[in-house]
Amino acid sequence: MTTSEQSRTIAVVSAGLSQPSSTRLLADRLADAAVRELEDLGQVARVENVELRDLAHPVVDAMLTGFPSGDLARAQEAVTGADGIIAVTPVFTSSFSGLFKSFWDIIDPEALGGVPVLLGATGGTARHSLALEYAVRPLFTYLHADVVPTSVFAATDDWAASAADVGAGLPRRIERAGRELARRVAQRQGDGPADPFASSPSFTELLGGS
Amino acid sequence: MQFGIFSVSDVTTDPTTGRTPDDTERVRNMLTIARHADEAGLDVFATGEHHNPPFVASSPTTMLGYLAGVTQNITLSTATTLITTNDPVRLAEEYAMLQVISGGRMDLMMGRGNTGPVYPWFGQDIRQGIPLAVENYALLRRLWTEDVVDWEGKFRTPLQGFTSTPRPLDGVPPFVWHGSIRSPEIAEQAAYYGDGFLHNNIFWPMHHTRQMVRYYRQRFEHYGHGRADQAIVGLGGQAFMRKRSQDAWNEFRPYFDNAPVYGHGPSMEDFTQQTPLTVGSPQQVIDRYASFVDDVGYYQRQLFLVDHAGLPLKTVLEQIDLLAGEVVPELRRIVESKRPADVPLNPPTHAERVAAAAASGGAGATHVGDSTDPYTGTVAEGDRPNDPKHGTQEARA
Repeated sequence: MTTSEQSRTIAVVSAGLSQPSSTRLLADRLADAAVRELEDLGQVARVENVELRDLAHPVVDAMLTGFPSGDLARAQEAVTGADGIIAVTPVFTSSFSGLFKSFWDIIDPEALGGVPVLLGATGGTARHSLALEYAVRPLFTYLHADVVPTSVFAATDDWAASAADVGAGLPRRIERAGRELARRVAQRQGDGPADPFASSPSFTELLGGS
Repeated sequence: MQFGIFSVSDVTTDPTTGRTPDDTERVRNMLTIARHADEAGLDVFATGEHHNPPFVASSPTTMLGYLAGVTQNITLSTATTLITTNDPVRLAEEYAMLQVISGGRMDLMMGRGNTGPVYPWFGQDIRQGIPLAVENYALLRRLWTEDVVDWEGKFRTPLQGFTSTPRPLDGVPPFVWHGSIRSPEIAEQAAYYGDGFLHNNIFWPMHHTRQMVRYYRQRFEHYGHGRADQAIVGLGGQAFMRKRSQDAWNEFRPYFDNAPVYGHGPSMEDFTQQTPLTVGSPQQVIDRYASFVDDVGYYQRQLFLVDHAGLPLKTVLEQIDLLAGEVVPELRRIVESKRPADVPLNPPTHAERVAAAAASGGAGATHVGDSTDPYTGTVAEGDRPNDPKHGTQEARA
């Protein structure tokens, strides 16, 4: 398999509630950085945006009924079929938002195995920044995702910083994180989401295993 | 195609009156509902099996045995019988007894159950759900088809020289369905044995149902039971009807909004689009359900949930009258006109299974015990009444 001229898909899941949302803003920046880096690696990348605010009611419905409806089903397919995922949440009361967690709660827990994931979070002040490491990262580790080392937290102040003092700031962290995700996506030989029918054992195997 | 009703036996407060029936009333209502379905001409009544409140149907064969005595034509069935937590020895005995008492006017549907805590109540481990379903059913089949069984497995004590009584009616076991919503393994199990497969899609979108049924049909053909389109398929369904569509919507909405499972979740507008739930006139139910054969191929049994969410008995009986009187005749005419000639019209009846067994020389004994050891039921080698060397006992057709 050649890595040049190959089309990759990056699903960007954003759990911001306001519109416009700084969470979505960070997600877009991270996606841009990853796409640029993939282009440098000779790969074309397509971005699929999943805005959880639009799916809030279907997410709760799916928790109650057990199946995803229309747009939510399409969003889940976009996420489980992607070559890489960018997941960005606002920090609410010391952790990811409930909507963000609910979305991952109803994803097939096998679907993210080995998938490169870049994490981002937003909050009022930098005091919330470690929520990425003690809350969000373990969630994706549990799902067996391949989480990149750099996760990006953006506080309100980060957006206000001037171009002059961003040297060690948010844009550089975004660049680094985007690069880490792009490299893993570029190397990955994805086999797509698992097909439960293709992986079902034959009955002879079931009998033998009982 | 057979049309019938299935009940989950929930005791639910009527949200419009605040009234809750007690367990006794709910059980008696189920009996009334089943008898009414028989009188109205529906083909099937199936009861669930549950072992926790708010459900009352813990003892299906007691209920179905009574109904066998007070109904005339309706096929009595289950939806579902817990193949995981019931001892297969008890299942073999109880359902053979029901088969004899009902004169073969029954079948049953195996399911794993969806209530985790039930497993430890009956000494089982939910993590073993699929292996339990596989081992228990394999033993159940042997207990029905072999007169004397030596058996050893993982999940219960071994059997040596065990005979389950009464022997199946005419030496032919009941027809078995397997019900599953999302486990391909169970579709695989149904296909392996050439049994029926019912996808209870009442809470699921049709694209998922289509996938599961297609998989079962492919595997049915793979195991050599016939062509994929000849496999025996059933679907669940749910409807609420009034002559005028708007009356149905107004009357059913409070029950929908407060129903167990989906209440307080999606709107009735969304749910009726996403799942087979149809609220409206009998004609709308006909139109919706007539389209399902286009999705899954011609199938043999359509069951409706009509008695849940706290609907009063009177309303349920009216629903049965609308179903049997206005929906089924026309729906049957439409779907059966789409049936290929060599695809089974209905699930096999007992008489058909007896005839098929006789044709293949496969019918078993209807009594075991003459000239046998009184303690074990076994006989000396080569001396069994149905030993192939002695010829197979003729089955009554």
